[in-house]
Amino acid sequence: MIHAAAPVRAKRVLPGFTLSLGTTLLYLTAIILIPVLALILKGAEIGPARFWAIVTAPRALAAFQVTITAAVIATAFNAVYGLLMAWVLVRYEFPGKRILDALMDIPFALPTAVAGLSLTALFSANGWIGQFLEPQGISIVYTIWGVALAMAFTSVPFVVRTVQPVLEDLDPAFEQAARTLGASEGAIFARVVFPQILPAWLAGCTIAFARSLGEFGAIVFIAGNLPMKTEIAALLAFIRLEEFDYQGASAIALVLLMFALILLVVSNRLQAWAMRFKGI
Amino acid sequence: MQTLAMDPTRNRLMPRLLIGVAALLTLLIVVAPLVYIFARAFGEGWKVYAANLMHPATVHAIWLTSIVALIVVPINVAFGIAAAWAVARFRFPGRSILVTAIEIPFSISPIIAGICYLLLYGRQGILGPWMQANDLQVMFALPGIVLVTMFVTAPFVAREVLPLMQAQGSEQEQAALTLGASGWQMFARVTLPNIRWALLYGAVLCTARAVGEFGGVSVVSGNIRGQTNTLPLHVELLFNDLNATGAFAAASVLTLLALVALVIKAVLEGRRGA
Repeated sequence: MIHAAAPVRAKRVLPGFTLSLGTTLLYLTAIILIPVLALILKGAEIGPARFWAIVTAPRALAAFQVTITAAVIATAFNAVYGLLMAWVLVRYEFPGKRILDALMDIPFALPTAVAGLSLTALFSANGWIGQFLEPQGISIVYTIWGVALAMAFTSVPFVVRTVQPVLEDLDPAFEQAARTLGASEGAIFARVVFPQILPAWLAGCTIAFARSLGEFGAIVFIAGNLPMKTEIAALLAFIRLEEFDYQGASAIALVLLMFALILLVVSNRLQAWAMRFKGI
Repeated sequence: MQTLAMDPTRNRLMPRLLIGVAALLTLLIVVAPLVYIFARAFGEGWKVYAANLMHPATVHAIWLTSIVALIVVPINVAFGIAAAWAVARFRFPGRSILVTAIEIPFSISPIIAGICYLLLYGRQGILGPWMQANDLQVMFALPGIVLVTMFVTAPFVAREVLPLMQAQGSEQEQAALTLGASGWQMFARVTLPNIRWALLYGAVLCTARAVGEFGGVSVVSGNIRGQTNTLPLHVELLFNDLNATGAFAAASVLTLLALVALVIKAVLEGRRGA
């Protein structure tokens, strides 16, 4: 591309183009691009028939099923809980609001292994919460519900922090108009507010879902990791590595990578859509 | 909000109910795990806690994790500034692809990152034979841990600095150049002071992530006790050894670091808002 126009020339007066772009490209190539290519190349070596056999083996299918089911449960929960948190934090004034807001950053900041350790102990039969659930016959730890719980913990901020800014920037005129026309609060939320935050909410849920599919640290503690029952796909890839079955590991990792990239594209599209409702 | 205060009679119950449910869920899901870490870590008293932390394996894990963070964070800060400068100040083909590429590590599971590195540098990896011939060891050693942590934390500084640089524009920098400043003088006296809080904020987030990284590191470290065991891996090791109190003691150090990062974040956000 040739930029001969005056404003662009003015920009090129600034120094450091070669240095900064060179550093950036070098870093991205060495740290991200080449390792990801290594996975794709190793995956290509497997060949389609063998690849298909690996990813459709009963244990692999079960692992994908556990991962996706738990991620759906976690995302459904966060879709409601995250929206509720965003709503409460934006729309109401109450004592402790700033603390509640800050608490939503804990799952971001807390190492996933620490979260997994604590959730496991908390929900086990003699933990603070588990001791009330176990007598009711509700087991969380070492079941798919534990997997979903760990996923929900680590991914809830993505919904809250995606919806919050859009909700803050909504034009109150529409709601006031609806209220003047006699709409109930429920109708105002369903017909006026919700359609405006829908793209951001979907984007947040997509990111939370993607994050849940890739989560590892928190889950290995709480899942019990029983093959065919509570073993997630990322862990199966890890186990294949420890068995020196590099083809098995790369095939499963490639499927997870593909999921991640598709969800990245979807969430980018949704966020671009959401921007239309922000600060116009 | 004034819109909600318009008709107090019909709006009283619903907000209270919603706030109550939100607070209760947060208490159960977020606060309880946080408090529980300290309750269990100190459950057998201060002396046991101190003894757990002073255990040589734990001390070594803390030391290793600090080394990793000390290497990764400065490199990431340099990369973040370079990437933000290139993207915010210049127009070039492939610019938007570059921005997406920087964000890639956010959407890739750390464990996949670890597998990528193993397939590149591991014994059966693409560079494996060459590395063995030259007696280079990346996997199951410090370099592997550092590289994977660099992958996972790559976007943290860039994504904080970039929007700020774009919003600020380049007028001040151009003025400095017109007045005769060299490129590095302009950077040190104009650019850096303008972005310092965003830079610090990004560095704090990057540190928190680097210290807590688990999935990727567990693939490439080989969990060699007393050698390549970072603090999060050590937590898992103690847990698997059925030493729950020890695991919680090690976890409490990581939790404390996370809380410090959040406090710094709150302070910096206040400063940036002002």
